[in-house]
Amino acid sequence: MSEFLLLFRGGDGPSAQESPEKWQAHMQKWMLWMSQLQEQGKLIGAQPLRGGGKVLSGTAAVVTDGPYMEGKEMVGGYLICKASDYAEAVEISKGCPILEFDSGSVEVREINVVSMQS
Amino acid sequence: MKQPALNNNIHLLADHLFRHESGKMVAVLTRLFGMHNLELAEDVMQEAFAKALKEWTFGLPPNPSGWLMLTAKNKAIDVIRRERYSKEFARETSMLLRSEYTTAPVVEKLFMEYEIQDSQLRMIFACCHPALAPADQIALTLKTCSGFGVQEIAAALLSNSETIKKRLQRAKNTIIEKKINFDIPLGSDLKNRLDIVLHTLYLLFNEGYKSCDKEEIIRKDLCEEALRLALLLTKNNITNLPKTNSLVALMTLLAARLDSRLNEDGEIVLLADQDRSKWNAELMRIGLHYLNMAAEGEELSTYHLEAAIVAEHSMAKSFQETNWQNIVNLYDHLAQMNPSPTVHLNRAVALSKLKGNEAAINAIKAIDDIEKLENSQYLFPAVLGELYANIGDKAKAGYYFKIAISLTSSAQEKKLLGKKMIFPEQ
Repeated sequence: MSEFLLLFRGGDGPSAQESPEKWQAHMQKWMLWMSQLQEQGKLIGAQPLRGGGKVLSGTAAVVTDGPYMEGKEMVGGYLICKASDYAEAVEISKGCPILEFDSGSVEVREINVVSMQS
Repeated sequence: MKQPALNNNIHLLADHLFRHESGKMVAVLTRLFGMHNLELAEDVMQEAFAKALKEWTFGLPPNPSGWLMLTAKNKAIDVIRRERYSKEFARETSMLLRSEYTTAPVVEKLFMEYEIQDSQLRMIFACCHPALAPADQIALTLKTCSGFGVQEIAAALLSNSETIKKRLQRAKNTIIEKKINFDIPLGSDLKNRLDIVLHTLYLLFNEGYKSCDKEEIIRKDLCEEALRLALLLTKNNITNLPKTNSLVALMTLLAARLDSRLNEDGEIVLLADQDRSKWNAELMRIGLHYLNMAAEGEELSTYHLEAAIVAEHSMAKSFQETNWQNIVNLYDHLAQMNPSPTVHLNRAVALSKLKGNEAAINAIKAIDDIEKLENSQYLFPAVLGELYANIGDKAKAGYYFKIAISLTSSAQEKKLLGKKMIFPEQ
């Protein structure tokens, strides 16, 4: 069993929703999707992220505001789960409610197991 | 903390509301936090209540119980955010409560009305878990399902606060040691677990019903609580079984007579002398309705029989018109299922109306260990005294009444027995 990181991009936030009820219904879908993963013992963690942020770069660790990119490119949240392979991780990702939006995407990455060289 | 000046009415309302809402709040919070965090759930409920006392001084909110639930909900979310990585919450939701995607929706969902009822049901099952000692089950049920304080439980169970505190602590330790779950048992487990729940509620009701002093309002509350919790069981398909309905029928039919058992002076009025027009017709109607519902299915429980006996009395227009044959038959059946001395004693009383006092005396004398019971359990000498008085044996009647008086602590019962000693022919 491997671990996978799912990065969510795009999708509409509450402000773009037609009504609070619609937003609530949408959040219910996240709950259902994640509940299933929890029941299968595959959920490790997940959080939504706020917009904006800071970026540190280079040896000088220069701090800039950002990342300023288009909404659909911005990482809006993540989930870490267990899956036996990419095929299963992709299958899990297909249930993600962010894919209800045209602008939504899920990037699936396998978590690397770093071994120590003796 | 300085206590704000409080209006008496707010305190009264809050006390009343507290009882009714705290059971709900603790149930939902425990569903979120897990049974092992029962104390945390109680703390959050107390905090919500403390906030209410403080803020309501300046005026009551339009919907006090809704206000309390909302406050508890917000406090629950605070606790979850603060402790989500340091505490293990309820197994079925712990991972979901670690994520902001799901925390608010999960909490929202559990605070919805039908989920609240489900949580209350889980709480009843958890409090009546077989791993807990029967006395602890009752104390814990009153504390967590009914919102009774330690002193109130002590008063209701004729115990003292120290004993009750110990029972509650022991129960909480057992919950953690034995990892008692917060769920509604399914399949083959359900029957046994439900039997224990029904029995606990039955004891709770009897504890209140056998009380004789009018001042002891708290003990009447016991009857109400037992009935309320039993009714809760009838609202869920899993627990709404004929046996549950028969217990509700029994409680309701008995409750219908509650107020006619004492006269204006607070003295006990015997069934034969009760003013039947004072029996609560609405409660009797409801009781008979539940007895009908209980008739569905194959199972015949002791509650069925006890309820049927009370129903016979309820349907008789006067004491003289009681169908004693039916009642004795029902007692015969009951004695087969539950051959306890008390059942035999009650059967003998019914028998005295059907076959006469001597037959009843003989039946009582045939009970196992009767010599011991005569001298230790108040009802036995009291009934024997009555039967001997009826046949004019004043010496034996006096002998038994004296024992009975020495065995009861109730002033009302002493008074009644004293009267009988002076006028044994009545």
